[in-house]
Amino acid sequence: MNNVKIDIQGLNVWFGSKHVIKDVNMKIKPNAVTAVMGPSGCGKTTLIRAIDRLNELIRGSKTTGEIYIDKESVYSKDTDIFELRRLVGMVFQKPNPFPKSIYENIAFGPKLHKMASGEELDAIVEKSLKGGALWDEVKDRLTDNAFNLSGGQQQRLCIARALAVEPDIILMDEPCSALDPAATAKVESLIRELAKNYTVIIVTHNLQQAARVSDFTAFMYVGQLVEYGSTNRVFEKPESELAEQYITGKFG
Amino acid sequence: MGGETLLEEVLKLVIKHKSRTKDVWRKVKGDIVLALCLTGIVLTLMSLAALLFDAFQEGLPWLDIQFLTSFASRRPEQAGILVALMGSIWVVGLTALISFPLGVGAALYLEEYAPQNRLTSFIRLNIANLAGVPSIVYGILGLGLFVEALALGRSILAGALTLSLLILPVIIIVSQEAIRSVPTADREGAYARGATRWQVTREIVVPQAFPGMLTGTILALSRAIGEAAPMIAIAALVYVPFTPTGPLDRFTVMPIQIFNWVNQPQSAFRGLAAAGILVLLAVLLGMNSIAIFIRNRYQKRGR
Repeated sequence: MNNVKIDIQGLNVWFGSKHVIKDVNMKIKPNAVTAVMGPSGCGKTTLIRAIDRLNELIRGSKTTGEIYIDKESVYSKDTDIFELRRLVGMVFQKPNPFPKSIYENIAFGPKLHKMASGEELDAIVEKSLKGGALWDEVKDRLTDNAFNLSGGQQQRLCIARALAVEPDIILMDEPCSALDPAATAKVESLIRELAKNYTVIIVTHNLQQAARVSDFTAFMYVGQLVEYGSTNRVFEKPESELAEQYITGKFG
Repeated sequence: MGGETLLEEVLKLVIKHKSRTKDVWRKVKGDIVLALCLTGIVLTLMSLAALLFDAFQEGLPWLDIQFLTSFASRRPEQAGILVALMGSIWVVGLTALISFPLGVGAALYLEEYAPQNRLTSFIRLNIANLAGVPSIVYGILGLGLFVEALALGRSILAGALTLSLLILPVIIIVSQEAIRSVPTADREGAYARGATRWQVTREIVVPQAFPGMLTGTILALSRAIGEAAPMIAIAALVYVPFTPTGPLDRFTVMPIQIFNWVNQPQSAFRGLAAAGILVLLAVLLGMNSIAIFIRNRYQKRGR
């Protein structure tokens, strides 16, 4: 397989004495949406946070194994963690805009990385907000506080904020779980749109959502990767019994 | 089946009666608590009002421009609070400059940078303990350390350093609370953009925690300005015939001056002391108003 964007090899994660990710191996394709499913507490969020090295912000966490992005090691000592996190955007479960203006929320990342200023920065903000499908709704009130936006708008703002630093990969941790159906539909169509240019990994509880938006589906159970393949194949002919039971709604 | 219905009806009556007495008792309990709370607040407000009334009654006749612009004197009609007022402003201003950066820095280190180990929790515990140490102990420490060992003499700087030690634990604890109230999600959002720890601290944590830090500091400073015990240890009960012009000058502060006047045998000095208390209260009120003003401004900007 040379068509691999992210290569996860023998990944293990512990929080204290709790073994959360158990020896996961996974190759993720570029410019596609990969959904990670599984019951609560199965480690799906921890898995995608491992790609961004966000788990190490949690005290008492330990990670072994290796992840490669474009064949470059994520966990080696020489990894520039700030460059890594620029390359990998993250959208969280609950919209978490900063208590700043809409403009400043988007400009935050580019400013940190000293990517642009002045008119160039304005252009990045516009481009990112368009990428987040939010531009038309907010273009006349960029200086408004981001908290004045609705929940769905806030989440699209967070997606736009992730796009602003020109990442390759976008990780989404149940991005629609705090949104109503209309807002969810908007975010889902945005995810499909993003897959043209980015490698998207989305964690979801929602089977229908996984079926709707993803090209590939992974199924996790108590820290292990149980099933992984094209979404059609996983939903129609799951290889493992656990995945079949989950998909047919017998548990989860 | 007649017996059963009778039994049922008796039972119903008993239950109804029971629940009704319970209801009454519940209401009475609520009323008692309300009465206790009201008594508490009325007593507090009354003693405050009595204090203020007394201070105004005795002090107001003495409170005039002459009082504010004169030096201390053996003759009550010529005595004023100028030196002590300027001394207090100098000491508290310098204390603010020293204690705010130190306190906020310590709090940021403890919350954002320090590893979670025994040493850190030991330090935390001791900061909490230091907040409870009586102020005279700090006065003696300041006398030994700043006045004598560091040879700063009985200067404004020595006083400010001593008061800084006194209020640092409070500033650190309040700042830690303010830092902790910044949502983790905001920090993670910034880290996920590739921010360094310092960038997260500067861009996300400090702006949101700033109003809380500032309020805590100004409230701690209002405590510092009213402290008499450590200041008597540092500045001593002496007559200072000039207003301070620099941090190494000798000084006196309002609480010392008031204490001094209260100790004089002539009754006229009690009026002066009351007038001094009024000035002290006015400065305190001014500082608290500034705290509220700044906090409101930042809160509007923040959210």
